[in-house]
Amino acid sequence: MLVEALALSALLFTIGVVGVLTRRNAIIIFMCVELMLNAVNLSFVALSKLYGAAGQVFVVFTMAVAAAEAAVGLAIIIAIFRHQRTVNLQNINLLKG
Amino acid sequence: MDRNYIPVLFLLGIAVLTAVAIIGLSHLVMRSRPTPVKQQPYESGMPPLGDARERFSIKFYMVAMLFIVFDIETVFMIPWAAYYRQLSCAVPLVGGACPAGQISFFGLGEMLVFMAILLAGFVYVWKKGALQWD
Amino acid sequence: MIFDLANPSQLMQALGPDLLLIVGAIVLMLWAAWRPESDEHQRAVGRASLALVAATIAMTLWYSTRGMSSNVGVIAVDNFRWATDLICLLGAFGAIALGMEYNVRERILPAESHVLVLFATAGMMILAAARDLMIVFLGIELMSVAIYVLVGLNRRSPKAAEGSLKYFLLGAFATAFLLYGIALIYGSTGSTNLTEIGQRVVAGNFVAHPMMLAGTGLLLVGFGFKVAAAPFHMWAPDVYEGAPTPITAFMATAVKAAAFATFLRVWLEALPGMGDAWFTPIWWLAAVAMFVGNTVALSQRNLKRLLAYSSIAHSGYLLVAVATGTLGGSAAFLFYLVAYTLASYGAFAVVIAVGREGDANNDLSDYEGLWHVRPGLAIAMAVFMLSLMGFPIFGGIGFFGKWYLLMAAIEAPRPLTTLAVVLVLTSVVSAGYYLNVVRVMFMKARPDGAADPERTGSLTRGVVYATAVAILVLGLVPSRVIGWSRAGVPRAPQIQAASVDAPR
Repeated sequence: MLVEALALSALLFTIGVVGVLTRRNAIIIFMCVELMLNAVNLSFVALSKLYGAAGQVFVVFTMAVAAAEAAVGLAIIIAIFRHQRTVNLQNINLLKG
Repeated sequence: MDRNYIPVLFLLGIAVLTAVAIIGLSHLVMRSRPTPVKQQPYESGMPPLGDARERFSIKFYMVAMLFIVFDIETVFMIPWAAYYRQLSCAVPLVGGACPAGQISFFGLGEMLVFMAILLAGFVYVWKKGALQWD
Repeated sequence: MIFDLANPSQLMQALGPDLLLIVGAIVLMLWAAWRPESDEHQRAVGRASLALVAATIAMTLWYSTRGMSSNVGVIAVDNFRWATDLICLLGAFGAIALGMEYNVRERILPAESHVLVLFATAGMMILAAARDLMIVFLGIELMSVAIYVLVGLNRRSPKAAEGSLKYFLLGAFATAFLLYGIALIYGSTGSTNLTEIGQRVVAGNFVAHPMMLAGTGLLLVGFGFKVAAAPFHMWAPDVYEGAPTPITAFMATAVKAAAFATFLRVWLEALPGMGDAWFTPIWWLAAVAMFVGNTVALSQRNLKRLLAYSSIAHSGYLLVAVATGTLGGSAAFLFYLVAYTLASYGAFAVVIAVGREGDANNDLSDYEGLWHVRPGLAIAMAVFMLSLMGFPIFGGIGFFGKWYLLMAAIEAPRPLTTLAVVLVLTSVVSAGYYLNVVRVMFMKARPDGAADPERTGSLTRGVVYATAVAILVLGLVPSRVIGWSRAGVPRAPQIQAASVDAPR
């Protein structure tokens, strides 16, 4: 079971990385990052079966932090939408050089 | 351990069976006589006005975000509650109970500190007017 | 005194300065919301925040003189922690002082801008104290989330919003890498405590363990992003340019110092047994960061971007100290961090003094002939540029910082001769842009019709001259700073736990 869980977690993490690198919509990129975080959570839960509760404690912290990050991140995305009327990263390029 | 999941499979099977049976039975029994009124998404309802994907007020977003942030904090209370008996005892438990005179307020105090920090956040949000709808 | 970290009340005492700052910041947060937004209220909260930071500095100094230590636990109680704390707190002091005047000019009203700096600093102090990967993660997030908001503080500026978005997306991406690295290290060693990981790596021969190697690599990528080391630096110039200038200064110094300090502690305490697996990548990161930062900076016209690339190059210099993996390297690291923080802060303060509303006047051409209209600022800027470059005497402490770094690199058990040569050569290249700023200020005539810089606020002026004087004076007595740095290297916990059980 442990190996399967870790393999699934690695797969999900990779999907997230590929999504971040290939997508251009800020919201979708953010969702891919969340997918990566949750893939790691799966690893932690699986490993805590082997090593005790520390992994589960980590998952609780990760969830709380991810929620805080989501609140801040979506607020930032709204702020950029108000300026640019788009959340597509290809059209957001004031800063260059 | 795989055996433990058999009831879940059972439940899944029954749910699928029921759904298929209800739809299948109604198809067998009913007579098809469509009219334009019956073809509407909501029969005898309001005719739809415009696109469903309209833009929402930012207030919904504010409430949703505040909900997520405060809601996820309860995640910390579940392990605390599960461990409360041990946290309220100055010495290790004996047979699941705390020896007389050894009760401590450590567990309660920890949670009170946690709640106080949350409360500070809540007061901040309130004072900022983020909870005001108009 | 030796703290027993398993005892809650002693753990709280060991976290004294951190708790003071956090409780104070929460109170100030409520006060900031209590009155409507206005310039006066923003300045009042700023003054209170300065007082709080000063009190925390005093408490940290008091703690650091008491010779405290602790047993193996989630946090470290050693001089390295106090030294990092002090650098970060000084950074926070500067950011708030500069912010009070910058916010008035840019019409940034929320008083929370100062409170967020306090929260970010609390995250840095937790990072400096962390001796457990769980605490490392929480500290990094507490710091980063506050900084994401601070970058986008100016809601009228589309550049700030864009910088904030880029920093947020790449920061969250980097955090995910860091977290996966932690998970894999936990998976192979069965612990998140740095000391225990260090012992198990040595005992269990993890050098060729694929999971441990992958974890180390992912951790390196995560830290590389956080400290803006090339090739993970893409976000830095954009974010530094878009952010309000006091926050840029804060990010270039305090954020970098805290992330680097954790980086160093993790390598020295948890992963020294990994040998080449981390030495080789850090060697290359250092070389690439020095090369990319210095060469790209040559073509920059915007001062904020120029300083951003300069800060990437300095990440490379600091990575040389990390690569040594010795205590001498850690002392050189702290020394260099002090020199770099002072010079960077001063340079950004001058950028604020010369700049105008709307974050304008940051171009190199706006500095032409500055000597003729603001001789004090021009001289101070010259000191900062020479110090960043590592010029003797006029660069003050900056020269000794680089000197000491080179010595540590050459004296390491595995001498980093090639890296030292790269360091010297890229420093020569860096003269191309640092001296160019000096040349533009002193040799060029003030362009016709160029308005004089506005009157500099007293706090900004204070930061400019205090850092310039500190650089020059400390440059006269470098042995003092070397003494502090030597005293500040990370130390192993007092009581070595004999009962660390092998992974089950």
